[in-house]
Amino acid sequence: MANYGNADLMRRATSGLMTTLTALCTLLAVSALLIILTYIAWQGIGSLSFQFLIDRPRPVGEGGGIGNAILGSLVLLLISSAFGLPLGICVGVYLSEIGRGRVGGAVRFIVDTLTGIPSIVTGVFVYAILVLPMKHFSALAGGVALAMIMIPIVARTTEEMLKLVPHSMREGALALGAPQWRVILGVVIPAAAPGIATGAMLAIARVSGETAPLLFTAFGSRFFPTSLNEPIASLTVQIYNYAISPYDEWHAQAWAATLVLMTLVLGINIIVRFLTRKKF
Amino acid sequence: MSAVVENVTLRRMLSPTGNTGDAVFRILMMLVALLMVGLVVAMVIALTTDSMLSIRQFGFSFLTSQRWDPIKGEFGALPFVYGTVASSLIALLISVPFSLGIAIFLVEQAPHCIARPVGFLVELLAAIPSVVYGLWGIFVLAPFLRQYVEPALAKWFGWLPFFRGSITGIGLLTGGIILAIMVTPIISAVVRDVLAAVPGSQREAALALGATKWEMIRVVLVNGAPGIAGAVILGLGRALGETMAVTMVIGNRPEISLSLFEPSYTIASAIANEFTEATGDLYLSALVELGLILFLVTFIVNGIARLLVWKVEQRNG
Repeated sequence: MANYGNADLMRRATSGLMTTLTALCTLLAVSALLIILTYIAWQGIGSLSFQFLIDRPRPVGEGGGIGNAILGSLVLLLISSAFGLPLGICVGVYLSEIGRGRVGGAVRFIVDTLTGIPSIVTGVFVYAILVLPMKHFSALAGGVALAMIMIPIVARTTEEMLKLVPHSMREGALALGAPQWRVILGVVIPAAAPGIATGAMLAIARVSGETAPLLFTAFGSRFFPTSLNEPIASLTVQIYNYAISPYDEWHAQAWAATLVLMTLVLGINIIVRFLTRKKF
Repeated sequence: MSAVVENVTLRRMLSPTGNTGDAVFRILMMLVALLMVGLVVAMVIALTTDSMLSIRQFGFSFLTSQRWDPIKGEFGALPFVYGTVASSLIALLISVPFSLGIAIFLVEQAPHCIARPVGFLVELLAAIPSVVYGLWGIFVLAPFLRQYVEPALAKWFGWLPFFRGSITGIGLLTGGIILAIMVTPIISAVVRDVLAAVPGSQREAALALGATKWEMIRVVLVNGAPGIAGAVILGLGRALGETMAVTMVIGNRPEISLSLFEPSYTIASAIANEFTEATGDLYLSALVELGLILFLVTFIVNGIARLLVWKVEQRNG
């Protein structure tokens, strides 16, 4: 009888220990996030000024800023959104409304695996199909590389949002005699529009942090952009170049640029969370 | 007459509603969807054609040779393969227990009002860009490891070959730890979904038989095992292809060393570092072949992971 009691105690102790450990794991992950974020804010705020936000890079010792990189990142995001969002939404519509059976499953599988392709490989691919034939780096090539990363993300969120639209709405519209394409464009997509928009915002947040696919497509530049056919600066590539440079001044600028980038990325993530909090 | 009939059957096939607008719409959407398949095929073709020079020159020895000497025109990828696999394994070794712990805590233990915001904070770790992790790695993590962690490891575990050598803070261990932080939110998010998909009746049955909370959780884990394996493999796929953060802290030296303190080099960071500097067609071709290898490996790894996760979610959902 005593043995039985001991074993029971052991079981309870193990349970208590393990459930505490899982809580500790979570605590550690959350503290890692907070440590990283506060460190960025603390390091970045020192070099941040209005001049820094609008100036272009200058040689060491002369200050300079990230104005061209901010503008370059915006241009790259615009190009990638122009290609990536419509295509991604179309794929999402196909997956949710049209693609059934084997072909639909195969497309879904391909889209899922596209999400997992390393972004550096996307960069190599765009280099091969755009940069080599054009013989120079360009904003356009950078935008296309980012669009390729965007499409699968937008496609999957669009599909999920469209599937949340109740079937009764589709049936109601069909029963009124509307053809399927009018039902999808006029009823289903408008009903899911807020969800699709938040998915698009998350995709934009995701690609705005991408560096690897831009290294040899958009390449980077120390000047303000003048044409889509030229190399263009971006916040992420600028941060990378400054981070691996040997100068303390540039390191400080890398932290300030990181603060700007993180404000954008986390800002979008938090807004999206706020907008969708009722649904999840 | 028969032409009309064929036309009608064709239209019926394209559009069950028999409406011309529907047929056009469905074909358009299908074309865009097939464009995705085309994109993957185009990637394989483009990467293969551009690495043909290197494939012809080195053949299979590309994967087994240790010499990476652009000046002499000798290209062997073994150091990169080693660095990629080793750093990813270190990352998984650290990250998997943590991710499981986080997922278990959020799904099985935490009340709803805590699980939601905390889950969001963990997900935010995945939103931090790779280059930011790299910056933090160079200036915070690497000095910390150099000062406190690596000397302690060398002192206590120095009898193992893994913890010998010069302590610089830049090397395989630092790369692995940064990767671990980056894949943890990804693995834990998938494990959360998998655990949430395990039916509540399993938990009730375990508890009704007198199981403790932890014993009940073990039942749930066994139930979701294939999905958890899928989550881990998904994390592996991510770790294998991660570029910027690793490039910034791993030291970028194409040498194979058992010591985790020594600098190493991964496939992705080799491409990132050397692509724009590659002089000569053979050099560039060798780098593209590295890209092709990375593409094929991550494609297969991700495919396996997706299949495993799908299986669990289909069985329970």
